[in-house]
Amino acid sequence: MTRSTLFAMVATGLVSVACAGGESKSTRDSAATSPSPASAASAGADLTGAGATFPQPIYSKWFSDYAAKTGVKINYQSIGSGGGIRQIQEGTVDFGASDAPMTDDEMAKAKGGPIFHFPTVLGADVITYNVPGVTQSLQLTGDVVADIFLGKIKKWNDARIAGLNQGVKLPASDILVVHRSDGSGTTYVFTDYLTAVSPAWASGPGKAKDVKWPVGLGGKGNEGVAGQIKQTPGTIGYVELAYANQNRLPVAKLKNAAGQFVSPTIASITAAAAGALEKLGPNTDYRVTIVNAPGAEAYPISSFTWLLVYQRQQDSAKGKKLVDFIRWALTEGEGSAAALDYAPIPEAVSKQLLEKLASIQVGTAS
Amino acid sequence: MSEAARPLVTTRPDDNGIAARIEGSAIGDTVYRWMTTGFALCIPILLLFIALEVGVAAWPALKAFGFGFLTSSEWDPPHNVFGAAPAIYGTIVSSIIALVIATPLALGVAIFLSEFAPSWLRQPVAFLVDLLAAIPSVVYGLWGIFVLQPLLRDHVMPFLSGLPLIGQTGLFEGPAYGPSMLSAGLILAIMVLPFISAVSREVLMAVPRSQREAALALGATKWEMIADAVVPYARSGIIGGIILGLGRALGETMAVTMLIGNVHKISASLLAPGYTMASLIANEFAEATGDLHLSALMAVGAVLFVVTLIVNGLARWLVWRVSREAQ
Repeated sequence: MTRSTLFAMVATGLVSVACAGGESKSTRDSAATSPSPASAASAGADLTGAGATFPQPIYSKWFSDYAAKTGVKINYQSIGSGGGIRQIQEGTVDFGASDAPMTDDEMAKAKGGPIFHFPTVLGADVITYNVPGVTQSLQLTGDVVADIFLGKIKKWNDARIAGLNQGVKLPASDILVVHRSDGSGTTYVFTDYLTAVSPAWASGPGKAKDVKWPVGLGGKGNEGVAGQIKQTPGTIGYVELAYANQNRLPVAKLKNAAGQFVSPTIASITAAAAGALEKLGPNTDYRVTIVNAPGAEAYPISSFTWLLVYQRQQDSAKGKKLVDFIRWALTEGEGSAAALDYAPIPEAVSKQLLEKLASIQVGTAS
Repeated sequence: MSEAARPLVTTRPDDNGIAARIEGSAIGDTVYRWMTTGFALCIPILLLFIALEVGVAAWPALKAFGFGFLTSSEWDPPHNVFGAAPAIYGTIVSSIIALVIATPLALGVAIFLSEFAPSWLRQPVAFLVDLLAAIPSVVYGLWGIFVLQPLLRDHVMPFLSGLPLIGQTGLFEGPAYGPSMLSAGLILAIMVLPFISAVSREVLMAVPRSQREAALALGATKWEMIADAVVPYARSGIIGGIILGLGRALGETMAVTMLIGNVHKISASLLAPGYTMASLIANEFAEATGDLHLSALMAVGAVLFVVTLIVNGLARWLVWRVSREAQ
């Protein structure tokens, strides 16, 4: 709405056109080491990216910190993971961002060749609820959550919920499920978890950014789900950890793969990433989900969010800037994650990622 | 100018210069005419392109599901099954609720302002009603979630389902959560009210004074004058205002999405949640990556386009019939 937003939109449009139209030109120019003066002059931004809304707060902080440090300006538009994937496929942005890994089909449609996935930070979905008279944190297991969202468990005082919460006085009222109505990475992570822990969910709704919900109401965005839960007694739903923390919502403890009941915290989310990636070899492409990860400390509904980057960078100047930025983000940048309720990538993983970063081909060598 | 032009027309001896002046201005007229024609043509051409673009993008989904797209209630993105019946139903029902509530209210406001209100009251009240149209729809949505919905859930909905006769019709059955067709219809009613009342007010004010005086001279009471002489005279204009409101109600997105519950199910009860076409597109378009999913959303857009055309066509026909009857 403001003039600067408008300017940014127009500017990105110009850059997109420049990138799409001038592909062959820029490959020729790359021999000369000019730092792509056209885009810098027309847009005031050196790199453009688009995609996921979930990591937008931490990305904005990174971009402004990085610009202050190095002078490299990065323009990021949080248009949603789906939009980010579409734009990187078309090559209209220098990097994409997504909360769900690209599928093989989506990878095949990318016009610029193979795409690398770089995990940047971790987030988590939390189960929040509004049960009159319950002040303690409820304890739940994966199959109980799945059966609530499948409509099989209908009352709050159901024996399976009561059995997990001895000493908590549960009302005999109906459970009302609230889910996201808009397609979102949050829903992807949540349904990914339910698919992992419940065969009935896996063969029914399945995992996606939007599924066919057996029961419940749809709220738009984290705020829509949380607003509905706050307003209506007897409700249960899922929101992002950062949103729940900032709004002080009640949060359930979940039983993880090791049998422990774990609260969602920065430490328990990073533990999930460490646990899941111990099993992966160094040649992983990081298109992995880490729900229901092993490890006594691991919170089960955790997830990466990724930057999507072409392995072959057509424009050497831009490619170099992008690689430099990602290196900075994975080392110094991670330090500011926790303050914004994101979990940093475990150190062992970021070491592997830095090695992978070196394999990005800058320029037109091949 | 005319002196300079005179030698040009000397071939016509009876000419005294007027024809030349007319001819000179005719060039300007022609340019002006073609320019305005061009501007006017832009709109239908734009509409045509939108229809074409939406139609082409929607084609894969329409081909895959055929007529079933309009009648099926199944909407399952991960399994690529799409049917838009609940959204079509919800769009139409929520708009009908909105008009049923808003039309009498808006007419009341318009008649009060044009016939009864003292002049010192007329301007401020008209201004406040018009101001309703300036509130962003996301603000209506938030107000709906935090004020309207709890009020409906705790007081209005139990009252409606407890009413004799009306409570038995099935329209107000089932648990009252808040997000529902009724909430969405109510918020739409508030949103379309200023459109209907503003147009109606202007039309009523434009009714000639002689019309009123004639009715009064024949011994009509004030009520009879308004009901028999003023409102019928303004009828087609008022219907035009209602059409404008209907257009707004059919296409409204944000406030409806926040209040309707977003569930792909057709329920007879107005207390149950539903979906509308506009909110379905708004909810899913940003994150839709599957080709068929995108195409299905475009198909929903195409259906909304067609429904709007049909409804507008019906309304035009109604205006035409009413104005013909009036003559």
